[in-house]
Amino acid sequence: MYSASDLRKGLKITIDNEPYVVTAFEFSKPGKGQALYRTKLKNMITGLTIDRTYREGDTFEPASLEERPMQYLYKEGEHYYFMDSETYEQIIINEETLGEGKNFLVENLNVKVLMFQDKAIGVDLPNFVNLRVIKTEMWVKGDTSKADYKPATVETGYELRIPPFVQEGELITIDTRTGEYSTRVKE
Amino acid sequence: MKNWSLARRKHALQQRANVIQKIRDFFHEREYLEVETPYRIPVLIPESHIDPVPSDPWFLHPSPELCMKRLLVAGYEKIFQICHCWRRGERGDRHLPEFTLLEWYRTGGDYLNLMEDCESLIRFLATEIGLGETLVYRGRAIHLTSPWERITVDEAFRRYTAVTTREAMDQDIFDEVMVRDIEPKLGMEKPTLLYDYPAERRSLARLKKENPSVAERFELYIGGLEIANAFSELIDPEEQRKVFNSELEIRQSLGRQVYPMPENFLNELEAMPPSAGIAVGVDRLVMVLLNAETIDEVVAFTPEEL
Repeated sequence: MYSASDLRKGLKITIDNEPYVVTAFEFSKPGKGQALYRTKLKNMITGLTIDRTYREGDTFEPASLEERPMQYLYKEGEHYYFMDSETYEQIIINEETLGEGKNFLVENLNVKVLMFQDKAIGVDLPNFVNLRVIKTEMWVKGDTSKADYKPATVETGYELRIPPFVQEGELITIDTRTGEYSTRVKE
Repeated sequence: MKNWSLARRKHALQQRANVIQKIRDFFHEREYLEVETPYRIPVLIPESHIDPVPSDPWFLHPSPELCMKRLLVAGYEKIFQICHCWRRGERGDRHLPEFTLLEWYRTGGDYLNLMEDCESLIRFLATEIGLGETLVYRGRAIHLTSPWERITVDEAFRRYTAVTTREAMDQDIFDEVMVRDIEPKLGMEKPTLLYDYPAERRSLARLKKENPSVAERFELYIGGLEIANAFSELIDPEEQRKVFNSELEIRQSLGRQVYPMPENFLNELEAMPPSAGIAVGVDRLVMVLLNAETIDEVVAFTPEEL
């Protein structure tokens, strides 16, 4: 349990059952008044920032967050199944929580899942993943400049632009941070 | 190994020393007597939200107010003091648990005279350290030319918030509204004197004769920063005892330590002539004069650096 006087930048606390991180903090005490702790708090699930002012006697539960190594198994509708690499326990993460990450999940991919009170709130992907191109146009010889990149769809259904020389059925590396094509993988 | 963090503050500390020297000049010129009262004291002013630093079995004073007023009663008509004070748990960009206060008291006169004193003192200091009539604080030019802005607490609530003072008091959100919606707007173009606080926030101030729902108390703000707190002094011992009792009750309800009544002070209070007194945060005054972002920049050591 934290009290208001423990508040400082970077502290992670639980409010209304959701984890928040303190991003700005100011101690205030208006003339002859009580000590007030003004904070900006970022919701670690939604990313939204709120302003809250606390008083001396206020207390908070710490937000205990934990990163667990897991392997992606398969998806069923909007549910994505993962297996804890240490306990072999299976968990389900929904599409909304995955966000952009869902574009890069291939079976057996090793990821880190951010857990808050036994609930998955986010997935950390490797910076690069290999995905197979399942649909793209034929290569017309001579087009090599970046401007001539062509649309393509990979096995997860994700659409991006790739160089013209990459053919359907080939494996490419995608940077998960930008969602862009990185290289072609020689098999 | 040279401590660069300390070395960097050399100019600020030279200016600080200069400001303090000029404060003394200002009051000597006006025939105020500089006094020194003990830092370690056995009894405190009962205040809801100030926690002292214990100095077993006594305390380090949170302000020199009690002792200075006893001097006032004893016939020291115009006195000032510059001293360190201690308040437990107060730390932030504008707070240090050990800080420097300037207090002055004058027999005769009331809080209106202190408003004039504030203007004269700070304009004098700005001129003496070469700032002239304008200081720049946090990217804003603040003009020190008279008259400064004077606004009542009621008016400030009307102007800057969606609630009245009364509603804020009844809903117990006075402090929050003050800190969030009002303070950041005060003293931005000129210093602001915020005056006539709700009677419940009177502390050691007397109530206004024409309107006893407010107390003759003001705070000075420059660039959103609270610089000073002043009273037309309450000189009725019975009334003062009631105020102290209700402050002690608030302390008790908040689970804070409850201290004994300052009986010596209350006994002598009946002999106090009409007076007015004020406390100025010297570190903060130096902050605005030097355009310092944090209080850390204007002191030789913060608690964390010791």
